[in-house]
Amino acid sequence: MKFDDIQANLLKTIANLDGVPQGAVNIRIDGSPALRHSSPNIQIIPKQDKPGFDLEVAPGTKGETVHVPVILTKSGLTDMVYNTFIIGEAADVTIIAGCGIHNSSHMNSQHDGIHEFILYPHSKLRYVEKHYGEGSGQGKKILNPTTTVQVAEGATIEMEMVQIAGVDDAVRTTTVHIQEKGYVKMIERLLTHGDQHAESHVEMHIDGPGGSGQVLSRSVAKENSEQVFRAALIGKADCAGHVECDSIIMDHSKIRAIPQLVAEDANAVLTHEAAIGRIAGEQLIKLMSLGLTEQQAIDTIIEGFLR
Amino acid sequence: MLRLENLTMVVENNQGENREIIRDINAEFEAGKVYGITGPNGGGKTSLAKLIMGIYMPSQGRIYLQDQDITPLSISERARLGIIYAFQQPPRFKGLTVKDLLNIARPGIDNLHLRSTLRDVGLCPEDYMDRDVGPGLSGGEMKRIEMAQTLAREAVISIMDEPEAGVDLWTIQKLIAVIVGKYKKNPRLTTIIITHNENMLHICDEVLVLESGMLVHRGTPEKIWPHIRDEIECKMKEQCSGEVAYEIR
Ligand SMILES: Nc1ncnc2c1ncn2[C@@H]1O[C@H](COP(=O)(O)OP(=O)(O)OP(=O)(O)O)[C@@H](O)[C@H]1O
Ligand SMILES: [Mg+2]
Repeated sequence: MKFDDIQANLLKTIANLDGVPQGAVNIRIDGSPALRHSSPNIQIIPKQDKPGFDLEVAPGTKGETVHVPVILTKSGLTDMVYNTFIIGEAADVTIIAGCGIHNSSHMNSQHDGIHEFILYPHSKLRYVEKHYGEGSGQGKKILNPTTTVQVAEGATIEMEMVQIAGVDDAVRTTTVHIQEKGYVKMIERLLTHGDQHAESHVEMHIDGPGGSGQVLSRSVAKENSEQVFRAALIGKADCAGHVECDSIIMDHSKIRAIPQLVAEDANAVLTHEAAIGRIAGEQLIKLMSLGLTEQQAIDTIIEGFLR
Repeated sequence: MLRLENLTMVVENNQGENREIIRDINAEFEAGKVYGITGPNGGGKTSLAKLIMGIYMPSQGRIYLQDQDITPLSISERARLGIIYAFQQPPRFKGLTVKDLLNIARPGIDNLHLRSTLRDVGLCPEDYMDRDVGPGLSGGEMKRIEMAQTLAREAVISIMDEPEAGVDLWTIQKLIAVIVGKYKKNPRLTTIIITHNENMLHICDEVLVLESGMLVHRGTPEKIWPHIRDEIECKMKEQCSGEVAYEIR
């Protein structure tokens, strides 16, 4: 399998891939599967009734990494895909996903991924998803991921969702259910600029006793961009949940942060912290006094903040 | 050499009235010397340092660095010409590490230098190098990291604003030794230490006393210290209506 330069660059950016990776892999290019490999412990099977796959990690699998990036280089395309990830009992794996769009035309490119994660008891998953868009055309780069996560007893998922550049429009919807002693940590990092618009709606249900969940969001809005972050924690048992959103607002951007706590059990402990603010003048002055220009100081602060 | 000429800074207070917080200051700071600036709280020490760094702009007067008029220059430009100011209250950065800041202070700093700099301010490199300079650090730790940046930069003009504040006694002794070893003996560098600490003042070649925005005394620490002592005693007497609460040696 050879990738052209645009494809190779997108794959490198979203999944840190140089060529074809080891282990199980599924690379989707322009609406169709381009490369698919299973490993002895990780099976990737195409869905029969709709585009997408079922990825099944055998119980007890340890330390494997799967890459499942999607790239779009043809404009005027709306790619819709349904993927199911099943993590077997006591497995411990990493999944690197991500979507990169190159669009230099006047037509929109859109990818809507519908992802379902099913974690069996005591399994552990680290999931990393990067969104990235490039290309100078008028056509918009649109991403609308919908994700549902089922976390069984004692299972753990750490999700890291990153969107740093080039995506014009994104609406992310994530619904999580956590059973007894399950644990979820969701980290979102977002930077918007120009006229970009990004929304994230998270609903985290902590259904089982001893369950815990965290939603952490760090974002920067520049120029005329707009962001909406809505995270609801619903505690239905003796559980712990925390939402934190921290944003830097610049120029003429707008940010709406709406943390919501719903407790349906007297032993649920739910907390939230939200902060939106400009870069502090003192921070800029400090870095400038070390020789950076104002612009370099701003870039350094943002880069650190989103790291 | 740094020279201040008729430096004055006026600010507007809440009532909209003008107030001079720095009043007609003339001073020279030579290379190869360590200067101390002291004086009562609110005397204008930090404001003077910020004027030199370009953080504040004077209402009148000029600032010269090696005979170049730097009064119109920005903070970044002055930094690049060789001025650094270690903040009295250093700001915090979420996501930037100690190592990041030292790398900015001294681009391309090698690992050995980085570690020795941290040790100079009493921080164990292993524990601190990758720490976030965010809300997780104590006030004293922030001050030491601020000093580490100043040491790493080795600027021609270093201004340290109360480097000992909030720092434990053991580290103060260490800092004093480092300042003596690194700055006092270097004929290229000018060091200005704003301090309330007697031991710090005693390593200075010259001490300046700022009060109400004015330079009221200037001289060797041996000459200046008795003045300061007497004045503290006078103030005590005033405040305690003649009753001296405790003796000052
Ligand atoms: N930006 C400013 N605007 C208005 N007033 C200021 C400003 N900066 C300082 N001042 C005032 O000027 C005076 C001198 O302040 P400065 O911080 O320079 O004192 P200092 O000598 O450093 O005191 P300390 O020993 O407490 O650090 C104070 O009365 C302070 O309130
Ligand atoms: Mg001060």
